[in-house]
Formats: sequence, C-alpha cells, structure tokens
Amino acid sequence: MPRRRLGFIVNPVAGIGGSVGLKGSDGVETQQRALALGAEPRAGERAAAALKPLLHMADAIDLLAAAGQMGEAVARRVGFRPRVVPVPAAGGATTAEDTRQAALAMRDAGADLVLFAGGDGTARDVCRAVGTDLPVLGIPAGVKIHSAVYAVTPVLAGSLAAEYLRGGGARLREAEVVDLDEEWYRRGQTVTALHGYLMVPHRAGAVQGRKVPTPPGENAQAQAIAAAVAEQMEPGRVYALGPGTTTRAVAEHLGLPKTLVGVDLITREELLAADVGERQILAVQERRPLGIIITPIGGQGFLLGRGNQQISPRVLRRVGREHLLVICPAAKLAALQGRPLLMDTGDPEVDGRLAGYLEVITGYRERAVYRVVGGEPDENPEPEAT
Amino acid sequence: MKPIAPKPLPRRFHQARWDEPIIFELSRPGRRGVLLPPVGEEIRREVGDPVGELPDALRRTLPPALPEVSQNQVLRHYARLSQETLGVDLNIDVGQGTCTMKYSPKVNEQLVRAPGLTELHPRQDESTVQGILEVMHRLEEMLCEISGMDRVTLQPAAGSAAIYANVCMIRACQAARGQSHRDQAITTIFSHPSNAAAARVAGYEVITLYPDADGYPDPGALRAAVSERTAALLVTNPEDTGIFNPRIAEFVRVVHEAGGLCAYDQANANGILGITRAREAGFDLCHFNLHKTFSTPHGCGGPAAGACGVTAELAPFLPVPTVECQDGQFRLDYDRPQSIGKVRPFYGVAPNLVRAYAWIMSLGAEGLRRVAETAVLNNNYLLDRVLRIRGVSAPYAPGRRRIEQVRYSWEQLARETGVHTEDLEIRAADYGMHYWTSHHPFVVPEPMTLEPTESYSREDLDEYAAVLGRMSDEAYADPEIVRTAPHNSTVHRTHPEPFDDPEQWAVTWRAYLRKTGQKRG
Repeated sequence: MPRRRLGFIVNPVAGIGGSVGLKGSDGVETQQRALALGAEPRAGERAAAALKPLLHMADAIDLLAAAGQMGEAVARRVGFRPRVVPVPAAGGATTAEDTRQAALAMRDAGADLVLFAGGDGTARDVCRAVGTDLPVLGIPAGVKIHSAVYAVTPVLAGSLAAEYLRGGGARLREAEVVDLDEEWYRRGQTVTALHGYLMVPHRAGAVQGRKVPTPPGENAQAQAIAAAVAEQMEPGRVYALGPGTTTRAVAEHLGLPKTLVGVDLITREELLAADVGERQILAVQERRPLGIIITPIGGQGFLLGRGNQQISPRVLRRVGREHLLVICPAAKLAALQGRPLLMDTGDPEVDGRLAGYLEVITGYRERAVYRVVGGEPDENPEPEAT
Repeated sequence: MKPIAPKPLPRRFHQARWDEPIIFELSRPGRRGVLLPPVGEEIRREVGDPVGELPDALRRTLPPALPEVSQNQVLRHYARLSQETLGVDLNIDVGQGTCTMKYSPKVNEQLVRAPGLTELHPRQDESTVQGILEVMHRLEEMLCEISGMDRVTLQPAAGSAAIYANVCMIRACQAARGQSHRDQAITTIFSHPSNAAAARVAGYEVITLYPDADGYPDPGALRAAVSERTAALLVTNPEDTGIFNPRIAEFVRVVHEAGGLCAYDQANANGILGITRAREAGFDLCHFNLHKTFSTPHGCGGPAAGACGVTAELAPFLPVPTVECQDGQFRLDYDRPQSIGKVRPFYGVAPNLVRAYAWIMSLGAEGLRRVAETAVLNNNYLLDRVLRIRGVSAPYAPGRRRIEQVRYSWEQLARETGVHTEDLEIRAADYGMHYWTSHHPFVVPEPMTLEPTESYSREDLDEYAAVLGRMSDEAYADPEIVRTAPHNSTVHRTHPEPFDDPEQWAVTWRAYLRKTGQKRG
C-alpha cells in the first residue's frame, strides 16, 4: 500500500456542554460554564477510539495531527508519532478558528483524508475552511450530531477511514452539514440551517451480493428522480426548489443553476430567483401558481423545518398537497429504518394538514408511500451512518 | 488403545489452494485427450464424407480456439477446482438465506438421467411423449392443490419469469375488463425486488410500501396508495425478513375493493406448505420457484423452473400451450384466444419438473406439511442460538418468531468492533462455512440472512452457530484477524469496485485477452 496522509483534528471541548444539560458547546462562555458545572471533556477519549483501528497500519500512514489538545496529544497516547500541524491556540483555549486553520493546513499539506472529532459546530468549521476540496470524516463527539458527515460510532469512523486509505470499498459522497442555532435551541426553539456539504467516504451497499446487479448509485437515482419530476412539473407554474443534492439534480436536468444550501424559484425553462427568502416566495405566490419540490435534509429525515425554513407555514398554507413534490432516493428512505419523515414548520396546523401518508418520488415511475409526522424527533437520534 | 481425541467446534478446517491456472493457459498445440484412429478404408467407402455435404456457410475456416489438453490434465484441473469451492454438498449451507438451499435427494438426479427423459425432444409428436405430459399434468394438479388455485402453468423458465408472466396476465385481464387505464403496481420493500422489476418491465409505475413501526407491511400506507390507477398488488409473504404478514387477507381486500388484482410471490413456500394457501388469502395469482421449495437445483447452478397458479377467472390468459387431458390422452393446447402467448420456447424445463414431481410424490401431503414444520422449527431454533451471540440482533418485529428465515443484523458488532458483515462472510470460509451477503433490498444494516430449511439437523445448526459465535469472539478480541481473512481458504479477498465497471469484466477467455491487450493465444 502506498503511504497515505491522514489529518487528525480534535475539538477538545466538543460535547462538553451535553453532560451538564447545556444543549451544546458553542462559544467560550458556554464551555467555561460547562466546566464550572463539572463537565468532563470526552472528545479526546472518543477520538482515541477512532484512531485505534488505524494503529495496525501506522507504518503506512503519515499522521498530521493538530498541535496539543487538538489532536497531537491523543495521537501520541494511542501510539502514533504524528507530524504536528501548528494551531494558533495550542496550549490555551481553542476556538473555531483553530479548527479552520488546522483543516486548511492539512489540505495544503496534501492530506488524503482528515478525521475530525466534534459535533455539528465543528463540521461547520471544517466545511467553511475546505468545503468539498478534500475528503473528511467526522468522529461523533459533540452534543449535536445532525450532520450526515459523522460515522455512527468512533470505532466505525476509524475502520471506515482505514478502509478508505487502503483503497478498499469506501467511496466518496457529498454529505450535509446542518446545525442548530444553539442560542435559539436553549430558548426552546429549533432553528436549523443547512450550511453546506463535505466529501465523506461511505460504504453503503458495499456488501451487496452478486445475485442482483449493484443498485444504481445515488447520482443515478437522483437523475432518475429528476427526470420524473421534470415530467410532472406543470408549464407556467413556478416551483420553489428546496436545498439538497437531490433537488440539485432536478436543476441540472433542466439545465438550470442551483443554490445548494438555499431555495431557488424556477420554472421548467428558467431560474427566476436564486437563494430566496420567505418574502420573495410569498410575493411570487401573489402573481402565479406555486409548487414546491423538496427532499429530506440531514440523516433524521426532516422534510420541512430544517434547513428549508424559507418554505414557511404561510407559503405552505397556500400550496395544495398535489403541488408538493417530495423527492428522495430509496436508499435514503431505507436508512430511516422505519422512522417516519418529520416536519417541524413551527405551525402545528400546517404540520397537521400535511401529516399522514405522502407519495415520495423515488425514481422514474417509482414512488413510495411513506409516513410523515409533525414535531420533534426522538431524543438523541442517530445520524445517518456513513 | 487410546480413544481418538474429540474434534473441536468450529472444526480446524483448511481448504486446498492449488493455484490452478485457467484451462486455456494449460493448452499446448496438438495435445489431445483422446487420439482417434484413422478411419478405415471400408468405413470411408460406406459412409462417404458426411462433413463434405455441409453448406459452405456452416463450415469453419479456422478450427475453434479450444484448449488442447490431455485426459489426466483435464481430470486434475477440475478435481482441483472442485476442492477450491464450498458447494452445497460440502458445507452446512444455511448461510444463503432467501435462496432456500435445501438438500436435494440424489435419487432424483438418477431419475432425470434416465434415457427415457434425456432422449426426449421437444419437437416429438404428442403421441410419443404421453409420459412426460402426464408428469406435467399431474404436477400442475398437485401445485393447484398446494396453492388452492384453479390452474397452473409450468412454462416459465424461472421464478422471475413466472412473476413476469403473472404481470402479463394481470395486464391482459385488466384490458379485457376495459380497465387499461390502471397503470400502477403496488409492492412492499421486503418483497422480492423481481416483483417491482417485472411490473416496471411491463410498463407499470411501481409504488413501494415501507414497514410500519412493528416491522409489518403498513396497511395505512396501502390504503393511501390504492386508487383507480391500481392494477395490482405484488407481494411476498412471509417477507424476506422471515416475518409473516398476518393482515394479508386485509391487504388483498383493500386492493380488490379498489379494482386491482393480487399476485402472491410464493417463490419460497418452504415455511407454509400445507399450512396456508394463496387461495385462502384471496389472491388471484401466485407463483412458485420449483428450485426453492420443490428441491430442484438452484437456478444459478443450472436451468430453473417456475410455475404460475391462477384462479378460473385468470385462466383464459395463461401462456400457450397448456397441457390438457381428454379421455386419458394428453395434449398441448395452443387454441386459447385470450392467452398472453408464449413466455419461453416449448413447455417448461422437463428435468426440473420431473425432480419436483418425484420430490412431492416421495413426501405426500403429510410429508409436505412436515417439511414446513421442520423448516420453521429449525429456523426458530437457530434464531434462539444466534441471538445469544454478542453483537447480533434480529431487527423488525422484536420478540416475534419468524417463519422460514431471519434477516439478522450485525450492526452492534460493527459499531463496537469495526468488523462488517462482509468481513464475516470471508472469515466464515476459513471455517468451511458458506455465508452469503446478498440482501436485496439493502435496508437492514450489516445484514446476515440465515435459512436452515428442513434439511439440516440440530447438530448441523449448532455447528453453524458455533462458527458465528467464534467469529464474534474474534471481532471483539482481535478484529484484525477477521478483517484480514481469509487465512485458511483458497482465494484472497476480492475488491468489489471492478464489478461495477464493465470495462473490467471478461466473461470469456477471448474477452480477457482483448481487454488486457494480449494477443489471442
């Protein structure tokens, strides 16, 4: 095996707020409060658990670890001899800027993959620094794990990283980075945004046997869905096209540009307005019939109310159910393992009107009938396995 | 004398590794297995030159590029290859769930090698093939009894071909009713995907239902899915999870009330033989894979055989020909104006029909029911054994018993050790066990599907469970042992990526030489 470069970043304060009920760890103030309440940092321990499955191939890996508590210390404890990537805060309190600097330095040093331990906030920082420029994989250590960039457990993060570096069955895909606004969350309100995408290795379907051909990849599925949607779009109707890679495939099929993390207004022929807010959608609704095309955001199956709040209750109230086109690759529905799709528009009446069984377009002339419910998901739901 | 030391479980298996070349690589110009003497002058005079009478278009200008090898080389080659496989007769083959790898009695193989069968030709006159037509006719009647249906055809070449024939009959029936606008077929995610595929090929839009919170097909979703566009319900029961849908009659009723027809995928009827029938649940059509339930060899290893059963209302649409009996004489009836036509050349795969007939006759009605009871008992015994192993679970319908198979999940093992189900697949071969990882649709994480059938003894199932338990122990103690397997087996690990790239496939030697840029040998 050729030598591989693996970046390693630990957000040492990730998850610190969770054990003392602070619903997050964003901001130095929160972290200090958590420590005062007796919180114990656990990110290092989880990051160590992820490194262990890589130890047997340590000779073939150049480990680039962020300095001090941000990776180096954990790597040494596990038994690696890392090359140290300096970060401004080494020794003192770490900040989001340290994560970003470390990720950029690893990209510039030619890392094949970066493992980072943290939560949704950490994923946001990594995303802002490197976007989809280099493959990364999250070790779940934070309080909030809604982003699809995290492996289910630290051990799985490590073994998936090993598989990817060996050149085994793991492939790359774009996975969503979503994050709650913690300030609002502490006040009891859920305001989530889709912040972007990271390139992460995944191994879904790697074990599909040879009795049947390999199911089409997510891209092919998205293209089939896009073809079905294009046929169903009515001439003259304006569509609010929600965020996501599946909705992006619809725009690509129509030959239109797409705001990956925002809502665009389109017709079958043209892009009317990019990255619009609720007000612009309502304004269009005044003049022309509106349809909505959305796909679930994040691993929990949120159809509305997470990352696409622009499609608000006021907008939804004026759109007939038959003009709400829900699209989702079958593999993503299957990954919910029987859990319903979720809505949290903030208006129980709108949630109630849409709740029940929805037709979901899963391919060309393929649909599923799937349950959708309103409200909050279960406590500590698991992120989508990568 | 001392007694022989007892053999431990799992056994200390080590497979042969011969490094055997491909037979084309063994070829040397002029080498032969049999040297034929020159044709004598007298014979030549008598026979003339039979090849000389062939038209030019049928003559080769170059001899075929076959491997040139000696007799003992051929024997060695294939004997070695046979030692490098883990076939159904070599291992406890319960690890290929959904495929129903039951043991097929060897006496039936003797029957199909009898000259009375091997020398039949499909173009023979009906009067000279009364025996095989009688076997077919009686087998159809037995399958009618087993399914409760009014008519059966044995023409489809395999299970999926039978599903497709059923969909074609549904389409023809709806057309005859003036209902051709019905363009949707409903199935469930845990029904065999051939149902969705056959409906798509026949032009239907497919609607898939997902399980409810208890793991059963969701009747609420079905009610939301049916409409005036519903042509058909195509479902497996029990599903590939081993879970039997107890509300199946309600499913059929909902679809009938919406004007659709219902087809029961009984490809694998191993858990319900003599216990429940398609007819009692109200189905209009059903199909069997004879190679699953009725002990003909599995289709992937040779020609398969499928059977469709239909109610009297659907019978006019059956493929032609049908086998009819009049005054003790059997004949093939092509004069069926509403028939969907032919679904394969001639009529059925005769050797498999004889095997299925012999198997059913040797068991009788009581025996068939005992097959199902034994298969279900074996499966639930193995379920109990497997659930004692660390890291494995049986998702959906927790705490409930299963019918003939279980789709397990090693999700916990993977989370805790990083060892995946396909690592276990390869490690199992180190213990001489077959463990397969085809679980379409790919929904249950880290899946393992075990199906013991009626063929295996309690000792066999204990041995299989012991291998699974050992692999779990290894994964927790030293996952690298499992991850780097195989250690005692014939071949190294394969990488799946080339399977998705046709440029990296070569299914013939000639294609291999061409795609690797070598000259043709």
